[in-house]
Amino acid sequence: MDITFENVSYIYQQHSPFAHKAIDQLSFHIPSGTFVAIVGHTGSGKSTLIQHLNGLVQPTAGKVKIGDFELTAEKKPKHLKQLRSKVGVVFQYPEHQLFEETVAKDISFGPKNFGVGDSEIQRRVTEALQAVGLSADYVERSPFDLSGGQMRRVAIAGVLATKPNVLVLDEPTAGLDPRGQKEMMEMFYERHRSEQLTTILVTHSMEDAVTYADHVIILNKGSKYMEGKPEEVFVQKEALQQVQLDVPEMVAFINRWNEKFHTKLPFTKQSERELATAITAVLKGGKSHE
Amino acid sequence: MNNAMVIGQYVPGNSVVHRLDPRTKITIIFIFVFVVFLANNVWSYTILTVFALLSMITSRVPLRFVLKGLTPVWFLIIFTFLLHVIITKEGDVVFEIFTFQVYSGGLIQGFAISMRFFLLILVTSLLTLTTTPIEITDAIESMLQPLKKVKFPVHELALMMSISLRFIPTLLQETDKISKAQASRGVDFRTGKLKDRIQAVVPLLVPLFVSAFKRAEELAMAMEARGYQGGEGRTKLRELKFTKLDVGIYILFIFVILGLFFTRN
Repeated sequence: MDITFENVSYIYQQHSPFAHKAIDQLSFHIPSGTFVAIVGHTGSGKSTLIQHLNGLVQPTAGKVKIGDFELTAEKKPKHLKQLRSKVGVVFQYPEHQLFEETVAKDISFGPKNFGVGDSEIQRRVTEALQAVGLSADYVERSPFDLSGGQMRRVAIAGVLATKPNVLVLDEPTAGLDPRGQKEMMEMFYERHRSEQLTTILVTHSMEDAVTYADHVIILNKGSKYMEGKPEEVFVQKEALQQVQLDVPEMVAFINRWNEKFHTKLPFTKQSERELATAITAVLKGGKSHE
Repeated sequence: MNNAMVIGQYVPGNSVVHRLDPRTKITIIFIFVFVVFLANNVWSYTILTVFALLSMITSRVPLRFVLKGLTPVWFLIIFTFLLHVIITKEGDVVFEIFTFQVYSGGLIQGFAISMRFFLLILVTSLLTLTTTPIEITDAIESMLQPLKKVKFPVHELALMMSISLRFIPTLLQETDKISKAQASRGVDFRTGKLKDRIQAVVPLLVPLFVSAFKRAEELAMAMEARGYQGGEGRTKLRELKFTKLDVGIYILFIFVILGLFFTRN
């Protein structure tokens, strides 16, 4: 589903002395099937932005389009349930939303609300558990007996089981150990490709953004600060530092390398291995000159 | 966060009312609540009203906040007024609506009683509008000190109060978060049959309780780790101070009460 924001603004507690503008005249377009990373410093409006994607909040001004759904300030949104069945949101610390007696029941909660049939739910529970890397033995266990990482996986399985077209991830790996983080991101990426999802990842990690995203949007104080392909956005060191963001380690390394050895290696989202090969080539090339 | 939370919310300021010792405020309001019932004629009501309005004006709390605090009780005030107008049958008949006679006694009575309500709520909401919850609990702790003699856990009680007050906004935030997460999974809190809507609360309440208990445990641990061991020998960062201002207000209030006794029948 295509997602379009047209001059969207959102103000918390409008018409009160505590009014606070969280999003200011934001416009962007996300074509269906894209993996988008939304990056920004704390308080840049990321979390407010994603609440627009499934109609949890209505814009104070402007228009949000998600597929055929439209959210504006004037009209009361209709068919919200339908929209929410298409847009799955994994919130920060999703394990806080677990409440059922067993893992299976909690995972089937979403599909059940969206009117999925019992046998189909069964199938989806098994499939979702597998997708998040938990064995089928977990279905009858209480989610509250699991470890933090496992609870997170169950909660994510609960969102995946609703089979959304758009998957919104709000810092899904926060608080996990490094290995868990990598596994989780790989899982989302795999899912993104196999199900042709439109994925929106809110993150602090430049590394994740650069590894997985096709498109990056950088927010600052509720407005769009930069937008583009990761290899274009993440090389602009000065501009990023202006909004308290850093370039990814890979870019930092290439920059320092180029400075030290007076080479002109470009950043093309290459992997470590590709970079190593490129460097070897440069080194060998350098030798042949002597 | 919720817009309705403004009721009784603290409005920062530096007015005379804000600077008063919270103990003074609590004591005066406590006495005021009783003396309101002593007023029984126009003059005594005038004195109390002037006192209440003056405190409100000097507090410099925007009128909007005061009125917002009163919204839930407007209904009660009007209801009491109407009830008295209907039931009391004293004095002369002032006018008639259809076949129903309205007596002057009923009007006066109704007006007096709703005025009492209004004054009570105005003054008590002024307390929460100009005093931080921490100040209030500190004041209560200090005023209950004498009970320590009979082994009443005054400090613990005050601590419980301030902890619960402290966590109200946190819990509200948590509620907001969880209800949004569940709404994303297709729960509908707003429409549907009553039975469905009651059931929709379960996915909200269970995580809320779980996190509240977890939070309590973490807080207890953090307090212990920082060496908390009850109120014995504990000092305060902000000491309550009884100043000349408080003396002045007490004297003023004594005059109000004296005036009340002179004017009432």
